[in-house]
Formats: sequence, structure tokens, C-alpha cells
Amino acid sequence: MRVAIIDYGSGNLRSATKAFERAAREAGIAAEIDLTDKAERVATADRIVLPGVGAYADCRRGLDAVPGMVEALRDVVEAKARPFLGVCVGMQLMSSRGLEKTTTEGLCWIKGDVVLMTPADQGLKIPQIGWNTLDRRRAHALFDGIPETLHAYFVHSYHLAAENPDDVVATVDYGGPMTAFVANGNKAGAQFHPEKSQTLGLALITNFLRWKP
Amino acid sequence: MTLKARVIPCLDVKDGRVVKGVSFLNLVDAGDPVESAKVYDAAGADELCFLDITASADNRDTIFDVVARTADHCFMPLTVGGGVRTVADIRKLLLAGADKVSINSAAVSNPDFVAEAADKFGNQCIVVSIDSKKVSAEGEEDRWEIFTHGGRKPTGIDAVAFAERMVERGAGELLLTSMDRDGQKGGYDIALTRTIADRVSVPVIASGGVGTLDHLVEGVRDGHATAVLAASIFHFGTYTVGEAKRYMAEHGIAMRLD
Repeated sequence: MRVAIIDYGSGNLRSATKAFERAAREAGIAAEIDLTDKAERVATADRIVLPGVGAYADCRRGLDAVPGMVEALRDVVEAKARPFLGVCVGMQLMSSRGLEKTTTEGLCWIKGDVVLMTPADQGLKIPQIGWNTLDRRRAHALFDGIPETLHAYFVHSYHLAAENPDDVVATVDYGGPMTAFVANGNKAGAQFHPEKSQTLGLALITNFLRWKP
Repeated sequence: MTLKARVIPCLDVKDGRVVKGVSFLNLVDAGDPVESAKVYDAAGADELCFLDITASADNRDTIFDVVARTADHCFMPLTVGGGVRTVADIRKLLLAGADKVSINSAAVSNPDFVAEAADKFGNQCIVVSIDSKKVSAEGEEDRWEIFTHGGRKPTGIDAVAFAERMVERGAGELLLTSMDRDGQKGGYDIALTRTIADRVSVPVIASGGVGTLDHLVEGVRDGHATAVLAASIFHFGTYTVGEAKRYMAEHGIAMRLD
């Protein structure tokens, strides 16, 4: 099995690569973790991970700037229906649109806009930086065996306001429920950073490597 | 549930080695920052901070190797500061495996650099590190001034106004170090921390002066910091990160104890 982690010049990809390698090794899963900026490597991968940090528009621009990458993603995720995981802004890009700084079109896999979080408690800081627990909205294979008490690491100011409640697998309480995890068919996305979320993160990555949507 | 307060151990790194000596037991190489990082990771540190104090330009690249080796072994969020002056510096640190970078002197000498960095990498990745000293006399209203060069050089810049300007420029987080408290073990400058934390919209990390676990509690409870940073109490083994987090939880602060 080959897992493509898409390199489009966004953020800390080393940690993501290392976390996937470790999860595969510890679970005894034979997986080649392929950090790649080549569209053809993504189109033929068995599983696809789209990371992303920074601003929505910048990430979209970065993705568009890689020749053939968006087409490869559509082919492998939509036509071939291979398991896909978006992380942080990579998850946000699954939305219809991002409204950070400017309006940017997303990949339109999860209906809804990415909007600035407006916590009811004015004392809460933006961005949300740090560890928080998840409130599960429904069961999902990627959370199998993961206790609800575990924490995930968040760094974000915006969240995906999903139109269809069924797409929201987990929320995080930050002055109200903010979207923490979305899924629709073979496509899943984490607003938090599994690669930084220690026990929860490694378990979720392991589940992703075994996922048969 | 709720967002938890963070405990952030900080390691001073010079020429790729931990400075200040080490009293961890059972480390293969106590001077290797990666070995210390592993200990903190296992103890439940919520984040880790490296402060690169390498003076010689010849050895500036040593920090990239330290960051890369740490990222290979530790899956916790990593902030790296010290000598960050250009967009290229930031990119190299992020590629090596840092999650956030902290900008100190360059933010004072060139505030536009903070805006440039935040635009390029996102606000969430840019920490502005503010070193200040209390300059108001007894009986006067509290006033703090930014100092550079390890606390030796006054700048005349008001710390609170500077903090607000940095947030406007795009700082996603502020690391506040009281230079008169640093190393004194008498506790954070709570008035400084609280004044700035109440004034800005972004998270504030308290730093400088921790000697006891109560000081960590005070940083969050009284200083309104969302994270507390300490170096020597952890580094010299006075307390473990796990002890610190349990103590804070026992004193009513929401902590991650996974």
C-alpha cells in the first residue's frame, strides 16, 4: 500500500510523514509513506493525505500551482474512491468555500463554508491553540477504539460550518460547538492535527491506514 | 469540555547542545536536546520550545538538525525561536519540523517582518516573543519597557502598546518574558501577563521567573495566560512536567492528563 502525502509547499510535512510512518510500523501495516509533489503519484496512490497550514486562499493557490494536482485529486478521490484524509487547512479545503480574507472556492466535498469562529465566551482567544477533547456526533470507523476522553491538538481561527449535520463526525467545544472532524463516504477531514495529537492521533492514523470506506 | 492550559518546557540550545547543564537521570547524552525532548514528550508536555542562543553565524545551521531529529522522534507541537530574522529562516525551521516560530529582536527592529511572516505562513504559526522589564517607580502606574540583547538594552518602547501592535500585524500568539523575573524563581510578573492577556485577542504564554508549581497556577489563574513556559524547574529535575500538570489540575485549572 502506498500513502501519498501531498507536498504543495505548505507547512510542517516532516511531522506528518514521520507520524504516518510510525503508526504503520507500530501497527505492523506494510505502507510506503510517499511525500510527493507529483500529480501522477497522487493519482495512483492507495490512500491520500492532504495537509495544510496557513490561510485558506494561500493553500488553495499552492494546490492549484502544482501541475495537474487538483485533477489528480478529483480522479483518485472521486472516480477511484480511494480513502482521503484532509488535515487542518487540508480539511477546510474539502468545503464549498473559504471565507478567510477573501472568498475562495474549495474542493466541494463537504457542503458548507469555512468561517471565522465566534465563541460565545468573549474571553476565549482566537486562534484556538492547544489541547481539547472531541464531542462525537456519530460513530465513524476512524474513531474505532479511541476513548472519548483523549485530547486532540488544535491550532485554528476558522472552522467548517457544514450544511449537512451528517457530515460532522465530531465537534470541539470552544464557546460553542466548532467542527472538528468531517466525513462523507471515502473522504474524511480533521481540523485538529493527528500528527501532533499523540495517543489519539496515532490511533486515528492507524485507523485511516486500515479504513475500508 | 474545554481548551486546556498548556505547560511548555523550554530548552536553551547553543551550537546544537543544551546549555545550563542537565540533571536528568539515565540519559544517554544529557547535552543532546533531542534526548531532553523525548523525556518531556514522555512526561506529557503540551508543547516544546527550543530557544537557539547560538552566537556564531558559522553554527547557525545546527538548530535545523536539532529540530529535524526532534520531529523524527516526538509527536508534540514544537516552537523554535532565536535568531529568526527572515522568511527564509522561518521556512527552513518549518521544513525541519517546527510548528511555530517565535520572532524576538526582528519584531522590534522591523515590525513589518511580523506582518510579512504572518501573511506567508499564517498567523497561527507566528509567535512574537516580547522581553520586557518593569520601569515604573514604586507608587506609579505599572509600566513595562521592551529590552533587547538579553535584557541589557532598553528600547523606550512600551511593552503593552507593542503587544497590541504585534497582534495587529498578525502575531498569532505572544510569549511574554519578564526580564527582571527571569532566573529569579520568584514567580511570573503577573501584572504584566494579565495586563497584556486582557488587552489582546490572541493567546498569551507566560514566561520568566518560575520557581514553584504555584507559580504555574498563578500564571493561568491570575495572569490569564493560556499557557505557561518554564525552563529550569523542569531542566534541573526539580519537578517533572507530569507533576506540574497534576498540581495545576488539583488547583482547579483544566489540564490535559491523557
